[in-house]
Amino acid sequence: MLDTASLILAMPELVLTAAGLVLLMIAAYAGDKSAQLVGWLAVASLGLAALTLGSAWTAGGDAFGGLYSGDAFSTFAKGLIYAAAAVSILVAPRFFATGVSGGVLAIRAEYPILILFSCVGMGMMVSAGDMLTLYVGLEMQSLSAYILASFMRQDGRSAEAGLKYFVLGALASGILLYGISLLYGFTGSTSYDGISAAMADGLSSGETFGLVFVLAGLAFKISAVPFHMWTPDVYEGAPTPVTAFFASAPKVAALGLTVRVAMEAMGSAVSSWQQIVVFVALASILFGAIAAIGQTNIKRLLAYSSINNVGFALIGLAAGTAEGVAAVMSYLAIYVVMTLGSFLCVLQMRDASGNPVEDIASLAGLSQSRKGLAAAIAIFMFSLAGIPPLMGFWAKFLVFDAAVAAGMTGLAAFGIAMSVVGAFYYLKIIKTMYFDEPADAYAPAASRLESGLIALCATLIVLGYFFNPLLDALSGAAAAALH
Amino acid sequence: MNELGFPILSFMMAVPMVGAAACLFSGASTARTIALIATLVDFALGILLWLSFDQGAGHAQWQFQEYAPIFGRFAWAMGIDGIALTLIALTVFLMPICILASWDSIEKRVGEYMAAFLFMETLMIGVFAAQDLFLFYIFFEAGLIPMYLIIGIWGGVNRIYASYKFFLYTLLGSVLMLIAMLWMAREAGSTDIPTLMAYNFDPQVQTWLWLAFFASFAVKMPMWPVHTWLPDAHVQAPTAGSVILAGVLLKMGGYGFIRFSLPMFPEASAQFAWLVFALSMVAVVYTSLVALVQSDMKKLIAYSSVAHMAIVTVGLFAFNQAGIEGAMMVMLGHGLVSGALFLCVGVIYDRLHTREIDRYGGLSINMPKYALLFMLFTMASVGLPGTSNFVGEFLSLMGVYEASSWVALVCTTGIILGAAYMLYLYRRICFGDQKNADAAAMPDLTARELVMLVPIGLSVLWMGVYPESFLSPMRGDVQALVARIAPAKPEGDAKLTAGKPQPAAAHGAHEGGHEGEEKHATAGEAH
Repeated sequence: MLDTASLILAMPELVLTAAGLVLLMIAAYAGDKSAQLVGWLAVASLGLAALTLGSAWTAGGDAFGGLYSGDAFSTFAKGLIYAAAAVSILVAPRFFATGVSGGVLAIRAEYPILILFSCVGMGMMVSAGDMLTLYVGLEMQSLSAYILASFMRQDGRSAEAGLKYFVLGALASGILLYGISLLYGFTGSTSYDGISAAMADGLSSGETFGLVFVLAGLAFKISAVPFHMWTPDVYEGAPTPVTAFFASAPKVAALGLTVRVAMEAMGSAVSSWQQIVVFVALASILFGAIAAIGQTNIKRLLAYSSINNVGFALIGLAAGTAEGVAAVMSYLAIYVVMTLGSFLCVLQMRDASGNPVEDIASLAGLSQSRKGLAAAIAIFMFSLAGIPPLMGFWAKFLVFDAAVAAGMTGLAAFGIAMSVVGAFYYLKIIKTMYFDEPADAYAPAASRLESGLIALCATLIVLGYFFNPLLDALSGAAAAALH
Repeated sequence: MNELGFPILSFMMAVPMVGAAACLFSGASTARTIALIATLVDFALGILLWLSFDQGAGHAQWQFQEYAPIFGRFAWAMGIDGIALTLIALTVFLMPICILASWDSIEKRVGEYMAAFLFMETLMIGVFAAQDLFLFYIFFEAGLIPMYLIIGIWGGVNRIYASYKFFLYTLLGSVLMLIAMLWMAREAGSTDIPTLMAYNFDPQVQTWLWLAFFASFAVKMPMWPVHTWLPDAHVQAPTAGSVILAGVLLKMGGYGFIRFSLPMFPEASAQFAWLVFALSMVAVVYTSLVALVQSDMKKLIAYSSVAHMAIVTVGLFAFNQAGIEGAMMVMLGHGLVSGALFLCVGVIYDRLHTREIDRYGGLSINMPKYALLFMLFTMASVGLPGTSNFVGEFLSLMGVYEASSWVALVCTTGIILGAAYMLYLYRRICFGDQKNADAAAMPDLTARELVMLVPIGLSVLWMGVYPESFLSPMRGDVQALVARIAPAKPEGDAKLTAGKPQPAAAHGAHEGGHEGEEKHATAGEAH
């Protein structure tokens, strides 16, 4: 018997699945010539999926007997995921057309399709109401991601990134699955509600182990310390559009998933996971800040920056309150804009003959050869460092506010003091661009699309405060949807 | 809306902001003109603001208020009292002079330079006018960005080290203040600064909140031992950058003490007054001695700033009218005088491109106008009666004498030491033989430089001769502050008793105590 209400709630995933399958057929018969067309159609289907989110936002709830929940929380996350995925698809063709050193490689038609399937998985992740839905969604996302990481087959670094990601990702999936099985064994349920109910009367040691393993597996997916070691290598090796994708959409999905698991499935044992989250958050902030200082490759640096940012986002979760959840969601929204903007700028880093460069030293004196690009990078870096009046400050403000409201003043004080350490390496990039003598000039901007997207991100970061009431309302509604 | 019918404070912030955007997209000479016009327009608006500020009896404490809750958790809330008014006036007065000072000396990337300065002006006005806790914090912190760029791009040889040190030092100082603000906004249920100024926080918690704010303001001020960023930043910054840094940015620390630490945490302020006194005493003596042995002119003035700011802090924590009014006057006077001194250094630096004191000598022979103005500012810095700094230093030391005669004793040595290092500096630069041929060949002040220095000189004399113009707008606010902190006031060791008023005296007994102090100040000048 088909449950129409459930199908309506799951409409975004259905749309994306159908679109992915149809596009796969187009790609199979029309070949790589159709890559551009497939890309645009993929973006269109993401837009269509976003349009179907409405019903879950207004009248959301559990679907398929609690396996899946299409609510305001998942809608908020999916909106961010689709936007980030669309950007990653749009900027890819130009990168693959000119992007590979030592040979031109046009984009293959599978690229947008893989991103679509990854989006289906991510949609499942943030909507999961049951550990098994969670696992299926996670694997769907991960498998697409492994292929995307090694998408430039001829490039040794890309292949290495894919393999490394796969091996370590498989390990993390194993850990997660082990945790899920422990939880199932000791609580007798795989549904979030069931686990939560079973944990309400205090944690048995088996439940504690399950909780720890699940959180460890999830920490790997959000690249939080101490499960972060794959991040710099994968970010560096993967093609830049793919890195932009990794740093944005799957981060949102995995953090959204973590928040939902923590608040719904383990909501009755907040004090048990709180200390884990606090440790992971502080370790990520500290390690992300210190390890980034010595980096010379911009993509590696941004990888450490993403570790650092995940730590700050987790401070909101550590608060364990609805306000904290709202802060995490706002943080993610702002983080996605900042990080996509940064990677779009990295895509602009090409030497005079059009080959991509990733050296931070090559940015020297950029403020004199390409003023606009330098200003955009400076805006993103100051924002990531959390300096007002840019939006990155507001993101940190919200998570610290939530932590202070929950009485975790010490955590907030330590976190914010560590943000000063982080500021150092962001400043280093600005110093390279603005204070140093010019290095070889970059190629001039060649893509209106990329320039436009960078300008859009930069504008949002500078003027974002005017959207504060909207962001507050949306993230508040998302947080209220968790029970 | 307000007395003028238009939101003048937002307008004063918008003018330089628009100018900054225009400068980014224009060539060198256009950018200079735009910047000068924008700052002059702001100066004119500042005069209008001062003239329309109601100083009459029973005036509202907060004037020109604007309120627009457009940012969700915090609001665009503006409004000034007399204390903020005088500091805004100082800002808009110094800005056109800074633009003029950079007219020829900045040759590369002029558009960006002017944009950074105009952006800085917007933020400085914002800091003094903000009436929302978080809005204040945003302006307070955002100032790091343009200053970092100004020092790093247009600074001296060691500019990169100085810019990092400036940025990270002040950022580290400020972030803990944010956590304290978050807690306060929760506790009081409001982000409105006037509301918070009247809110009584639990004295136990006040201790922590006070320390968090102190970390920020002490670095900004700067107080010994966290002053070490200042000499580096001053020495490396371009002249106009030093002027703004010494003239206005340091005042943000003092303003913070007046606006936050004292009224919001009176008990903690009383509890930690000894700490402030101790650090300030060290600063006065130690940094004055350090200034005495400097061979770099800018460094010498930078250290003298630390010593002067220490007089401000002791005045503020004296918990009485004279001390706080004196601290404000020192801030205003120091803003003018140290700014002018940095300009004087800039004038000769532009000619000889060195800050070494030994490379100059006998300038009074070939640069008599310069020597005259430099003499005026040197004397003002020493605190000669008739100049701005005398009024402030006298009042604040008198105020602190009431609180602690030992502190007053130690801090007064700062005046003697100040005279020593300033006169020594002046002698080495302007008097003596013309031992360096290139220094002896330097031309006297140009018309542009005269236009920069003469207005400051006149203001310095005005403040020294008739300080009432500057004290009257802030008197009511300082009285309100003193009344607010009176319950926590620590007992002083001087135990002054009021004299017996003479019935036939020109001023009747109905006049308040501060009027009496005023008379003392004027009497002091007459001697």
